[in-house]
Amino acid sequence: MDTDKLADVVHVEPPAAREMVRFDKVVKRYGDNVVLRELDFHVKPGERITLIGPSGSGKTTILRLLMTIEKADEGKIHVDGDCLTHTRRGDHDVPADEKHIRQVRKKIGMIFQQFNLFPNMKVLRNVSEAPVHCLGLSRGEAEARAIELLELVGLGTKVDAYPSQLSGGQQQRVAIARALAMQPKVLCLDEVTSALDPELVAEVLNVLRNVAASTDITMLCVTHEMKFARDVSDRVLMFDKGQIVEEAPPDKLFTQPEHQRTRTFLRAVLEEH
Amino acid sequence: MIWDWAYTWDILPELLRGLVVTVQATLVGSVVALVLGLVLALLRRSRLAVIRIVTGGFVEFVRSTPLLVQLYFLFFVLPSLGITLSGFQAGVIGLGVHYATYTSEVYRAGIEGVPRGQWEAATALNLPSSRVWRSVILPQAIPRVLPALGNYVIAMFKETPLLSAITVLEMLAAAKGIGNQTFRYLEPLTLVGLLFLLVSLPASFTVRRLERRFGH
Ligand SMILES: Nc1ncnc2c1ncn2[C@@H]1O[C@H](COP(=O)(O)OP(=O)(O)OP(=O)(O)O)[C@@H](O)[C@H]1O
Ligand SMILES: [Mg+2]
Repeated sequence: MDTDKLADVVHVEPPAAREMVRFDKVVKRYGDNVVLRELDFHVKPGERITLIGPSGSGKTTILRLLMTIEKADEGKIHVDGDCLTHTRRGDHDVPADEKHIRQVRKKIGMIFQQFNLFPNMKVLRNVSEAPVHCLGLSRGEAEARAIELLELVGLGTKVDAYPSQLSGGQQQRVAIARALAMQPKVLCLDEVTSALDPELVAEVLNVLRNVAASTDITMLCVTHEMKFARDVSDRVLMFDKGQIVEEAPPDKLFTQPEHQRTRTFLRAVLEEH
Repeated sequence: MIWDWAYTWDILPELLRGLVVTVQATLVGSVVALVLGLVLALLRRSRLAVIRIVTGGFVEFVRSTPLLVQLYFLFFVLPSLGITLSGFQAGVIGLGVHYATYTSEVYRAGIEGVPRGQWEAATALNLPSSRVWRSVILPQAIPRVLPALGNYVIAMFKETPLLSAITVLEMLAAAKGIGNQTFRYLEPLTLVGLLFLLVSLPASFTVRRLERRFGH
């Protein structure tokens, strides 16, 4: 995959604020289960962070809140200087309406564990549909861009296939192209290789390495692929019970974790692999 | 009583005219049922609780009252409210609305069968909700429920004789008219049964093929 080419196709606008993502005392509950308790953290423009932590610690929830698939119960989330959760009315903040959310959400994209391609559309349409309806591109422009992106993820020959005709690794690469076609400033990746057969993991991670190397997209990544996390991320956040236990650059966190909780977690993950 | 072939050929054209009316009523009624059913299914998912409750109440009400009573209401009561419908109009509206309450359940099941991940991907791509419905959800939901919808169209076809109660000259009414004049009911009524069978069988066969094609 040609790294320079990718930078040509994916134009990410320069950041509008000093922080690309900010969580401000965010609380998320499911019934009595408090999943996130007054969570604070921020991500700088272009920064790549990896979220690790035991199952149920709230990693997916964080990405889903940022993607607006779930709503926060309390607190605020800011993206690129805009508040995602609230709008200003008079001199106080009210919960954001759908129109405002759509405006801010333009900046965010997500890649899912289960790919979630649209099975009723061919690959080309999967990648070009949203640019037509959300970026106002003509069908022709959107398809030309989609083809370029699909070539860059190694699927130039599959534009006319349906997702069901592709391997898991190929489907996930289509999903990456589909997300990139929207020119997001922030990309959420939730265990994007967990559903893949082991031999297909590398092709997906390689594409993501190139995305990281050749674009300025801010990335929030939940993964158990420690090697990938180490190569790509600037900072690793260790979560437990909806709070940050420890954060550090990967070299530091993976080799000299400060907290016992982090140590036991990393040992468990390494044994598993 | 033995079968009278000459009489059979005599009355066949009139019965076929009745069949045409029956088929027309089924077609128009189906369009109403298929379109209105989808609208009802969508309204029952509205963000506004009032709309959900009113729609749910309407569906429940229509389903728990007999179609014949609804047809009488449309044909005999509405004129006193200043709305006069022909028998055919009242018939297709009655059939269509009644069956829309069934098809709305079918659509609902189809929509709920679309995996949650599809909605989430649509959100992540920031697709507007009208586009999500048109491009993502309905194209996946509807093929799956085509057989069930087809079965309701066939069921409606077989219920069209009810329209004879509100002066529509569909097949059964035609047969009865012939019988009343000639005092021979064997041939007209047997023919009515056969003609229904003649249309129903290939229709059922088509539905079964749809079932095989789209699976479950
Ligand atoms: N839709 C939901 N309804 C109820 N509880 C939920 C829902 N989604 C998540 N939870 C709960 O929220 C908590 C955090 O879940 P989350 O999926 O964010 O964890 P995670 O860190 O991603 O875990 P994993 O590593 O297993 O993916 C868990 O206790 C989970 O049971
Ligand atoms: Mg998770």
